[in-house]
Amino acid sequence: MRAPGGPEVAVGDVLLSVENVSLSFGGVKAVSDVSFDIRKGEIRAIIGPNGAGKTSMLNIINGFYQPQQGRIMFKGETRSKMRPHEAADGGIARTFQNVALFRGMTTLDNLMAGRTLKMKKNFFWQLLRYGPAMAEEVEHRHRVEQIIDFLKIQNIRRTPVAQLPYGLQKRLELGRALAMEPDLLLLDEPMAGMNLEEKEDMSRFVLDVNSHFGTTIALIEHDMGVVMDLSDRVVVLDHGIKIADGTPDEVKGNQAVIDAYLGVAH
Amino acid sequence: MFYRETGQFKTTYQADQAVFPIRQDRIGIAIILLLAFAGVPLLASEFAISSFFIPVLVFSLAAIGLNLLTGYTGLLSLGTGAFMGVGAYGGYKLATWFPDVNILIPILASGFVSAAVGVVFGLPSLRIKGFYLAVATLAAQFFLSWCFVRIPWLVNYNISGAIEVPTRTLFGIPITGPNATATTRYLVTLSIVVLMTWLASNLVRGRIGRTWMAVRDMDLAAELIGIRLYRTKLLSFAVSSYFCGVAGAMMVFLWFGSSEADTFSINQSFFILFMVIIGGLGSLVGSFFGAIFILGTPIVLRALPGLFGLSIPAATVEHLTFMVLGALIIFFLIVEPHGLARLWQIGKQKLRVWPFPY
Amino acid sequence: MDMLYKIFLDPFVQMASAPDLLVQTLWEGLVSGVLYALIALGFVLIFKASGVFNFAQGIMVVFAALTLVGLHAMLRDWGVSSGTAAAYLALALTVAVMFGLAFTIERLVLRPLVNQPDIILFMATFGMTYFLIGLGELVFGGEPKLMIADDLHLPRGAIDVKMLGGFVSFQKIDIAAAAIASIMVAGLALFFQKTRIGRALRAVADSHKAALSVGISLEQIWVVVWFAAGIVALVTGIMWGARSNVSFALEVIALKALPVLILGGLTSIPGAIVGGLIIGIGEKLGEFYWGPLIGSGIESWLAYVIALLFLLFRPQGLFGERIIERI
Repeated sequence: MRAPGGPEVAVGDVLLSVENVSLSFGGVKAVSDVSFDIRKGEIRAIIGPNGAGKTSMLNIINGFYQPQQGRIMFKGETRSKMRPHEAADGGIARTFQNVALFRGMTTLDNLMAGRTLKMKKNFFWQLLRYGPAMAEEVEHRHRVEQIIDFLKIQNIRRTPVAQLPYGLQKRLELGRALAMEPDLLLLDEPMAGMNLEEKEDMSRFVLDVNSHFGTTIALIEHDMGVVMDLSDRVVVLDHGIKIADGTPDEVKGNQAVIDAYLGVAH
Repeated sequence: MFYRETGQFKTTYQADQAVFPIRQDRIGIAIILLLAFAGVPLLASEFAISSFFIPVLVFSLAAIGLNLLTGYTGLLSLGTGAFMGVGAYGGYKLATWFPDVNILIPILASGFVSAAVGVVFGLPSLRIKGFYLAVATLAAQFFLSWCFVRIPWLVNYNISGAIEVPTRTLFGIPITGPNATATTRYLVTLSIVVLMTWLASNLVRGRIGRTWMAVRDMDLAAELIGIRLYRTKLLSFAVSSYFCGVAGAMMVFLWFGSSEADTFSINQSFFILFMVIIGGLGSLVGSFFGAIFILGTPIVLRALPGLFGLSIPAATVEHLTFMVLGALIIFFLIVEPHGLARLWQIGKQKLRVWPFPY
Repeated sequence: MDMLYKIFLDPFVQMASAPDLLVQTLWEGLVSGVLYALIALGFVLIFKASGVFNFAQGIMVVFAALTLVGLHAMLRDWGVSSGTAAAYLALALTVAVMFGLAFTIERLVLRPLVNQPDIILFMATFGMTYFLIGLGELVFGGEPKLMIADDLHLPRGAIDVKMLGGFVSFQKIDIAAAAIASIMVAGLALFFQKTRIGRALRAVADSHKAALSVGISLEQIWVVVWFAAGIVALVTGIMWGARSNVSFALEVIALKALPVLILGGLTSIPGAIVGGLIIGIGEKLGEFYWGPLIGSGIESWLAYVIALLFLLFRPQGLFGERIIERI
C-alpha cells in the first residue's frame, strides 16, 4: 500500500529526517537540537527515560507541535512547519499513549473514519447516498474488512468503542491508523498497559504491518525486550537531547544510555 | 420471539449497512408511514392535527437540525430559534418576490438563507470551542431577534409587525393562508419532513456523519486522520441551519399562518434544546421522540386533573407543567443521559431476546 | 464619508459637548455593571468549586428575592407589627431557605450526576431553572412585586452633584449596591485564597476524583458553595429589586452574565467584577451614543457581540486560565 503523490522513495533511503529540531514550552526545553533519520521500510524505536521528549518528538513529526528551530524532511520535501492534516495527507498516521479513539462510535465506524481521506464523493452524492456514494462506501468497507481480518477483530465490529477492553482498543487504534494506508506509522507506546500475551500479539501485528504492507514504523516503547526484538535501529533521548543512535545491540552497550536509565547524575 | 434476526443473512455490504437491516424494522417503519399518511388524516380531528401533529412535525425537523449540530458534531448552539426565524422571514420575502412560483420552492429555498446566516455565525468556531461557542450562538440569537423586530422591510412594512401568510395553492388546493385546511397543511408538512429526515439519515450514515462525530468525540484525533476541522464545523452549521430554516418557514406558512415578535426568541431555542436532550443527542429518531415528549407532556398534564375529577385553575396547571418538565429533564439526565433514543434501543435489545432475560 | 463621521466622530463630539451627561451615562453603566458582576459572581463561585455552569443562577436571584418579599408579607399578616423586624426576620428565613435549596440541589441533582460530563450537568441546571420558575410562580404568583427596600433600611433618594457644566445624579441605593458588592467580592476572594475550605473548593473544581481521593467531602463542599451562591443571589435580588421590581423578567437579564463571564474568565472572581463593569459601561455608552444610529434596543445584543469579539482574540478572557490541551 502506498500513499499517492510525492516522490517515490526506495526501500532503504531516508523517508523522514529530523534536522536540529528544538522545542520549548515557555521556559521548559522539551527537545534540544535533535537530529535523526528514519529509513523507508525499517522499524525505528525512540526510547529514553520518562520526560525525555519522545512524545513531543512524535508530535512534532505529526504536526501537533511546531518546533522553534529546525526542519523536517519528509519524502524529499523539507519544511519547518506542518499541520496535522497535512501530515495525514502526506501519509503519516499515528496512535496515542492514551487511546484516542472516537468513543461515540463503533469499531467499524472508527475504521471507516480512517478512510476519510480516501473518500472523494462530495456532499451532494452523500445526500443522495444511493449510487456513487454507496459504491464508494462499499469499496472502502472491503478495505476495512481486510484490516479487520488482519487484526482479528471481527467479533467487535459493531461494539461501541467505550465498551471495549483496553487491549482491544489499542489494537483498534492501530487498525484505524492502518486504514489510512500510511507511508509512516508513528506508534506511541503501543504496548503500554498490556500483559505478556497482549504484548506478543501486538508485536506480531507490528512486525506483520512492516513486512506485509511495507509500512515504515517509528515507535516509542519502554519495554526493552520489545525494542530489542522488533526494531532495526534505535534512537535514545534523555532530557530532550539525543544520546545514542544505532542498532539495538550498539545502543544496549552504550554507557551513556545505561547511565540515563539508571539515573546517574550528569 | 418476534423480533429475531435469525435467518436474515446479509450477502452484501450494502445490505449490511442499510438503515433498517432487520426485516421487522422495515415492516415497522412501513406501518408508521402508513399511519402517518393515511391514518392520521382519516382518524384524527382537525383540531388534533392543528395543535399536535403539525407542531410535532415542525419541531421534529428543527430538533433534527439542532441535533446535527449539537448531537452529532458536538457544537452547542443556543440560536436555534433565530435560525428558524431567518428561514421564516427569508421564505416570506422569497414568496412575495416570486408570487407565481409554487410555494414549496420558497419554503425549501428559505433554508439556504438560513444556512448562509448560520455559516456566518459559525465562523468563530475556528478559534472558540465548547461552551464559549454557545455564547457566540447567543449573540446570533439576540441580534437576529432584534433584527426581526426592528427591520420592517422583513414583513413588507406590515403595520402589525407580523408576517401575514398569503394564500398559495398546490394542484389547485390551497395549502397556505386562511383557506388551507389542517389536513392539507399536515400532509404537505409530513412530506417535507419525511424527505428531509431521509436526507439527514443519508448524511449521518456516510462519510460526512463520521467526520462530524469524529470532531465531536476528539477533534485532535480527527485532525490526525486528515479531517479538516474548520470545514467540517462550518458544514455542520450550514446543514443544521438549513433544517432549522425550513422548519421555521413551515412553522409560519403551514402552521401558524403568521408570526409574532417573540416566535423565534431565546425561549424557542431552549425549547428545542430540551427536545434534543430528552430525545437523545446524536439520534435522528430521538429528535422525534423529544418533540413528541415535550409537546405532549403539557397536553397530558392539562388533561390529568379532569380525568381524576379534580378541577385546577389553568394558570396553576401551567406552573405545574413547568415544574414537571424541569424535574423530568433532571430525571432523564440522571437515569438515561442519552435520552429516550437510548431507552428505545435498550427496549429493542430486550425485545430481541424476549422471552429470555438476556 | 458621512457614515464614517457619524460612527467615529460624532458620538465622541457629543460626549465632549455634554460631559455631565457622559458622567451620568458612565455611572449608570457602572451600576448595571455591578449588578451583572454580582450575578456573574454566583456563576464563578459554583463553577470554580463544582465545575458546573449553573444556568439557574438567574432564577435563583429571582427566587431569593421573591422568597424574601413573600415571607415578609406573610409575617406581617401573622401580626408582626414592625416592618423592620419583619424584614430582618424574613431575611434570616430566606437565608435558611437558600441553604435548604443548596442542600436539596446537592442531594437530588449533583450527587446522582457526579462524574458525568460537564454538558450533562449544564443541562441539569436548565431543568432546575424551569422547575424553579414553575415553583416560584406557583407559590408567589407571577405578577411583579415591590422589594421591601424601606423596611430593610436601604437608602433612598439621590445625591445630585453639580459638575462639568450640569449636574449628575447618583442614586443612594446604587452607591450602596456598589459598596456592598465590593465588600462581598473582597470577602469571597479572601475566602478562596486564604482559607482551608477555599483551597478545598479549588481542588474540587480541578478534579472531583482527585479531591475525593485526598479525603475532601464533595457533598459538603457543594452544599457550602451553592449556599454561598445562593447568598450572592439573594443580595443581587435585593439590590436589583430595589431599583426596579421583582419579576421573572430578571431571569433573562441573568443571561447577560454570560458575556461578563467571557470577558472575565469563568474562574476568576476579580474577572467577574472587571468583566461586569466593562459590559455594563460598554452597553450603556453604546446604547446612548451609538444607539440612535443603528436603532434603539441594541442593549439586547451589544454585550454578546462585545464578548464574541473578545473571544476571537483572547479565548480565555481577561483573567481566565489558559486552556492547554494535552495530547
